Amino acid sequence: MIPELGQFSLILALLLALVQSILPLAGAARNIPAWMSVARPAARAQFLFVAIAFGCLAYSFLTNDFSVLNVTQHSFSRLPPIYRFAATWGSHEGSLLLWTLILGLWTMAVTLFSRHLPDDMVARVIGVMGLVSFGLLLFMITTSNPFVRMLPAAMDGSDLNPMLQDPGMVAHPPILYMGYVGFSVAFAFAMAALISGKLDASWARWSRPWTTAAWAFLTLGIMMGSWWAYYELGWGGWWFWDPTENASLMPWLVGTALIHSLAVTEKRGSFKAWTVFLAIGAFSLSLLGTFLVRSGVLSSVHSFATDPARGLFILAFLAVVIGGSLLLFAFRASQVGLGGRFALVSRESFLMANNILLLTATGSVLLGTLYPLFLDALDLGKISVGPPYFNAVFVPLVTPLLFLIGVGPLARWKQAKVPELASRLKWGFAASLIVALLLPLTLGAWKPLVSLGYLLALWIVVTVAIGVQGRLRTTTAWSANFYGMNLAHLGVAVTVIGITMVSSYETERNVRMNEGDTVTLKNYTFIFKGAKDHDGPNYQASRGTLEVSRNGRHVTTLYPEKRTYLASGMPFTESAIDYGFTRDLYVALGEPLGGGAWSVRLFHKPFVVWIWIGAVLMAMGGVLAITDRRYRITSRKKERGAA
Amino acid sequence: MKRFLIPLAIFLVLVGFLAIGLKLDPREVPSPLIGKPAADFKLALLSDPAKQLSPADLRGKVWLLNVWASWCVSCRQEHPVLLDLSRQGIVPIYGMDYKDQPGDAQAVLNQYGNPYVETVVDLDGRAGINYGVYGVPETYVIDKNGIIRYKFTGPVTPESLYKKILPLVKELQK
Repeated sequence: MIPELGQFSLILALLLALVQSILPLAGAARNIPAWMSVARPAARAQFLFVAIAFGCLAYSFLTNDFSVLNVTQHSFSRLPPIYRFAATWGSHEGSLLLWTLILGLWTMAVTLFSRHLPDDMVARVIGVMGLVSFGLLLFMITTSNPFVRMLPAAMDGSDLNPMLQDPGMVAHPPILYMGYVGFSVAFAFAMAALISGKLDASWARWSRPWTTAAWAFLTLGIMMGSWWAYYELGWGGWWFWDPTENASLMPWLVGTALIHSLAVTEKRGSFKAWTVFLAIGAFSLSLLGTFLVRSGVLSSVHSFATDPARGLFILAFLAVVIGGSLLLFAFRASQVGLGGRFALVSRESFLMANNILLLTATGSVLLGTLYPLFLDALDLGKISVGPPYFNAVFVPLVTPLLFLIGVGPLARWKQAKVPELASRLKWGFAASLIVALLLPLTLGAWKPLVSLGYLLALWIVVTVAIGVQGRLRTTTAWSANFYGMNLAHLGVAVTVIGITMVSSYETERNVRMNEGDTVTLKNYTFIFKGAKDHDGPNYQASRGTLEVSRNGRHVTTLYPEKRTYLASGMPFTESAIDYGFTRDLYVALGEPLGGGAWSVRLFHKPFVVWIWIGAVLMAMGGVLAITDRRYRITSRKKERGAA
Repeated sequence: MKRFLIPLAIFLVLVGFLAIGLKLDPREVPSPLIGKPAADFKLALLSDPAKQLSPADLRGKVWLLNVWASWCVSCRQEHPVLLDLSRQGIVPIYGMDYKDQPGDAQAVLNQYGNPYVETVVDLDGRAGINYGVYGVPETYVIDKNGIIRYKFTGPVTPESLYKKILPLVKELQK
């Protein structure tokens, strides 16, 4: 009964999405207020029915309804309730439903926080989002119905993929999707502006907080994904250049470019066509990411079962949404006039360089991700592009980008004076350079890349300090936008330090350990106390015990596990980590070698948490920037002034 | 307006590639184990659990290692292709029954025919892990010196058999 209710809700939501898109868009085109006013209630009703459908699916999972195929394939009666709930989006169908739910949530937010916007703008924005939602719901209902029944019902399920049975997995997909789907708001604003032909500064101001919010969520989502891969995959790495990771990185890079170019469009009226293009690009790459992961075009640890009909549908959807918006862009962007002029050295030109670098980085990630596919399609053989390519391409692109973080915010709009900039920055640069050259000596071996990493990180810290000091000298007034930006930039510096340290000074040992054996790693002594059987709710495990001490003093006890999940028989490594501000100790059990001996992987990872702390600071900076009063009060005032 | 059409043009090319990509199989990625010696194992035979087989016993001849299981649906698909190959007697096929119940595996062979010279039982999948098995079925070409020369992921089709596997086998048998 409940699954059928969910199914009906989906169909109702599909019809409502159609109403939500067609009436308001037509109403805005013909200037019929009654049609435009349908936008808000239709969007809210659509969200309500998608939420009911989601609730029905979650209910089926929580109550172990094994007559639902999706539940049978992705759940298990002995799975803990929290993972049964998370399993709702553990499947292809369920994750699509989550995508649609979150799209509804963003649309709902637009209906609530758009009172200061003109009616035709709101109608168009909600209408465009309705079209996207319609496509997704149609995809779900025709090829990926999450409520398909299985008669007779199964006795029990085949369990959720063990990799997904983790607290991180409960939160990671919703937050990541909040980011992905959040770009649909910026996309819808860009589309609305293109359709109406009013590409002005107010459009940029309206979409700025939405874009920053989506970006902050995406930053957090990627950070959680990276952290999850670190502790869950048992390989000790934090970024694998896996197609799925790249799929989330690309919209992030373009979204970062968009945030910066929106600032120019809002403040200076320049970059208008370019900003619209980036708004289309960020959401297009989110959709492309979904396509790459869901269609099975690229192989990845994350891919779900592949089905050619689904791939074809997503591709057609992609072609319509992205192709259509790019076509509209081609027609309308040429009519946009140029904005304010700016000199070769100005904040505009630095931000333009930022955009070019970010887009080049996106292009190289896209190329690296799709290159195997291109070669294969041209029948030139099968290859996989690995980390060597990405590292070789990424470092040269990111280096000038990080350098620009230091200069850009201090340069004046329109025209900056080089001598003035140089005199403000020279001591900061000299200090960063000297410290960066000497600091690695205290850490052991001097390595050029370590110095480079420190130089860039210190450079950012110093210039942020100079910028904040400069502002405090003129005004002590609070500006959420300004301090948010600086917090996010500091976050970048923290992440750079983490990456630099862990990739240069990490130590790894792969050893055979008998009970009582000791291994020493960077002053830390690990004593293996043997492995014992240990039963979890839905798995059996061998749990190893390692006593860790430093200079004879006990530090911690680690319990890495080797699990075998009951329903699927899948073996799984559960690593044990002692987190620390300046170092992580990471232990994973390999294989039993007989006679109580195990192969054990041990890592000492300096500063690795800084990578994620930095990402959290970036997201916090974004959240802080959204609270800027300018986005609410002045925009409303201006509306009144205009009316 | 022309320059604003460039993104659309690039996107359309991309769609073309993705459309072709949908028909291709991304799982056929070269294994890092190619060119490396086939990992050693000593496993019981399905036909007679008292006897054991190891790759070392097969030195001096080119052979195929086919990883399969009774629970694997795609294996049923490649089964007739393997049977056909075994009748031709060009190259011996050895099976590895991966994470499976020997009784179920024997039942499959009784019902559908046995293309394997022998099948070893890898009950817990430990030997398979050493071969980098990440999906069943997989097929390995191993040369006279016990070196893995080729790995095929997914069900063997007549096309892949005659275009890739058999030419390589003949080359190695020289």
